[in-house]
Amino acid sequence: MSEALPAQAQMTAGGAIGASSLAPDADRAKYVLRLADTSLIVAQQLGAWIGQAPALEEDLGLANIALDLLGQGRLLLAYAGELEGRGRDEDALAFLREPSEFVNVSLAEQPNGDFADTVMRQLLLDAWQIELFEALERSRDERLGQIAAKAVKETRYHLRYSGGWVVRLGDGTAESHERTQQALQRLWPYTAELFDADPLEEALAAAGIGPHPAALAAGWRARLQEVLAEATLILPPPASFRWYGKRGEHNEHLGHLLAEMQILQRTYPGAKW
Amino acid sequence: MSDPRSPLWEVFVRPRSGLEHKHAGSVHATDARMALEHARDLYTRRGEGVSLWVVRSSDIVASDPAEADELFEPARDKIYRHPTFYEIPEEVKTL
Repeated sequence: MSEALPAQAQMTAGGAIGASSLAPDADRAKYVLRLADTSLIVAQQLGAWIGQAPALEEDLGLANIALDLLGQGRLLLAYAGELEGRGRDEDALAFLREPSEFVNVSLAEQPNGDFADTVMRQLLLDAWQIELFEALERSRDERLGQIAAKAVKETRYHLRYSGGWVVRLGDGTAESHERTQQALQRLWPYTAELFDADPLEEALAAAGIGPHPAALAAGWRARLQEVLAEATLILPPPASFRWYGKRGEHNEHLGHLLAEMQILQRTYPGAKW
Repeated sequence: MSDPRSPLWEVFVRPRSGLEHKHAGSVHATDARMALEHARDLYTRRGEGVSLWVVRSSDIVASDPAEADELFEPARDKIYRHPTFYEIPEEVKTL
């Protein structure tokens, strides 16, 4: 991403006032879209629990988290659309892109599975999003910083919820312990992507827009270990497996998820409530 | 919902504008922390509250409805206990 050099960045047009020296708008658009897609996809996943959670109280708990994430996704999608400058608004980006154009991290699209799978996926993501949003609060991109400041408060509650459940299940019965440990094993390989930087993230880290992904690893691990220790769960060894949803590599599960999420807008373009 | 592993808790919310907690409803939860989280998710989702209490329903000692006559009836005819027999001086504005 040699375009990310500050001197060239100054020549790019558009963007927020005072933001023209931050990095090319196109780079920031791609980066913000990754953040947006991760929140959006998790929101859609958690929404699928409504009416099926173990108790009415959990239905509402998961729905609240889903709505927080949807709100983050909307703010970020709208901003990504503006940076992109091709006239796509949040709806166009959410409902009219193909699966290969989505750039959420792979962890976000892993199937809901059973309740242990869902709360474990949430724990792994929440602990990461807290580190991410805390870092983004200090972004040189002011608007991104404001969105992160709102999101980090929400995410602290999400971690409280997911962490609480992982402790209860992990330190619960023999069966709940076993299934929660298995959920961790299954999801673990997808966590490597969170901390592997690619050229876009390197460039934006250098420009002070976003954190370097690797810099979030220690904080994430510490938060995770605190919960897992109480839950009597064992951290799996580092995985060599790599899969990069943030570059548009997805499994078939995302296709099914998007088909359901997008069908209304695709069938009745421009339909409104 | 009467699962003994998930007992009932009563929820009290202190509204933004209020000074005291008011009973809002109840939730099922396995422990105090989960009860507080459920209460947050069910009863403060529209910005209703700034503080929450949860109490195990079984820990509340309630008066017996059958004893209502002896407990509450004697107070009915003692209207002089209401401070409504005083003339308020005009100078007093914010009583």
